[in-house]
Amino acid sequence: MVAVRIIPCLDVRDGRVVKGVRFRNHRDMGDIVELARLYRNAGADELVFYDITASPQRRSVAMDWIERLAEILDIPFCVAGGIRSVDTARAVLKAGADKISVNSPALERPGLIGELADAFGSQCVVVGIDSIRAGPRLRVRQYTGDPDNMVDPRRDTREWVREVTRLGAGEIVLNCMDADGVRQGFDTGQLAGIRAETGLPLIASGGAGCRQHFLDVFRKADVDGALAASVFHSGQIAIPELKDWLDQQGIRVHPARRD
Amino acid sequence: MTVAVIDSGGANLASVVHALGRLGVEAILTRDADVIRQAERVILPGVGAAAPAMESLRSAGLTGVIRTLEQPVLGICLGLQLLFQSSAEGDVECLGIVPGQVTRLPSGPEIRLLHMGWNQLRWHTDDPLSRGLASDAWFYFVHGYAAPADRAVAVASHGRDFGAVVRKDNFVACQFHPEKSGGAGARLLANFLEPRASSAQPEILSGGAA
Repeated sequence: MVAVRIIPCLDVRDGRVVKGVRFRNHRDMGDIVELARLYRNAGADELVFYDITASPQRRSVAMDWIERLAEILDIPFCVAGGIRSVDTARAVLKAGADKISVNSPALERPGLIGELADAFGSQCVVVGIDSIRAGPRLRVRQYTGDPDNMVDPRRDTREWVREVTRLGAGEIVLNCMDADGVRQGFDTGQLAGIRAETGLPLIASGGAGCRQHFLDVFRKADVDGALAASVFHSGQIAIPELKDWLDQQGIRVHPARRD
Repeated sequence: MTVAVIDSGGANLASVVHALGRLGVEAILTRDADVIRQAERVILPGVGAAAPAMESLRSAGLTGVIRTLEQPVLGICLGLQLLFQSSAEGDVECLGIVPGQVTRLPSGPEIRLLHMGWNQLRWHTDDPLSRGLASDAWFYFVHGYAAPADRAVAVASHGRDFGAVVRKDNFVACQFHPEKSGGAGARLLANFLEPRASSAQPEILSGGAA
């Protein structure tokens, strides 16, 4: 049986890793390649790099740091941010990324998902979704990397999940914005609801504060992976200990390296 | 040692070349039949769908070249599937080096498609490719179609058992991505390069040599 995945997310701005609270007040966390190496050695199952400035400024992600990552990383990594065409995606994959993640550009033009799946296969195509609670409903948000330019694309999260599944996405990362950055746990209720909408691998994002939150999201929402940033960057949760503990709780994990 | 990585049109060929580079081998990414024939090792990687990949090999005039190679050849992911007789993905005839048909993995409430993530193997045969590997080592998989489990060197399971490592004479192949499977994957690649890489150090990241 395949193991659940623990996925550190590195938000990238101008070639550096940053982290904000509720998408604001970004702080410098360090050099991309150094942090990537650290997480690989700690037993991360996969890494995600979000170029948070790329989409709002309508520019493509820089290729040089992707190539630098590809040279050293022997675990899979995904690049997100500013990928809005098959040509850009091809360049990112050619530079060595294993997957590309599209979020705002897929909302601009949903046909992009099918074009990417046709060109590279669904296994390369991750769709990131920023979702916010609006009363009893779940709504999608766009351009969340830049709070001043965030947009309401007037889409229901559940409907968008069904649509991207149909269009050929290979995986969905659901970022629950209400939970993001406040470390009070993943939005397991929302994630469990979305789990029922798609047979694709589903990755939980937003809200990790302690190891119990990871256990909760795997048990209650049956997600295939959990993505987090600040709890890992700050050192508050060490991945080897997290994986050992999850293993003791009966969650199937790929154990961290011992050396 | 000359290692040819066949440019089958897939998107992640750089990963394979980088992984070999970390083992001290400068691989050549190529569609040139002569370069492939003369290489000491040949790798057939591939992501994406079987039909366009076969079409890409056919249009480059490489299907016959690959079938008649006598040096060690390693198929990776789709490269494993292409070694079989046919694939249900696009109902396409493949290279026919290994008997059997590639079929879709089952889906269900508990079984996600694709099979994406880290999984373990059950080794049925003592293959040179497994030398030095822990029997419970983990490897990274990404695929929706899979080879039959019977006669496989190693089997993995996702909804059903499937061939995770297969061998036929000088052809060996893995469904997972050794280039993305950390230290275990590096060990496996080094085994494929044997004897040249017998002293290679796959654990390069922790050693800081990269």
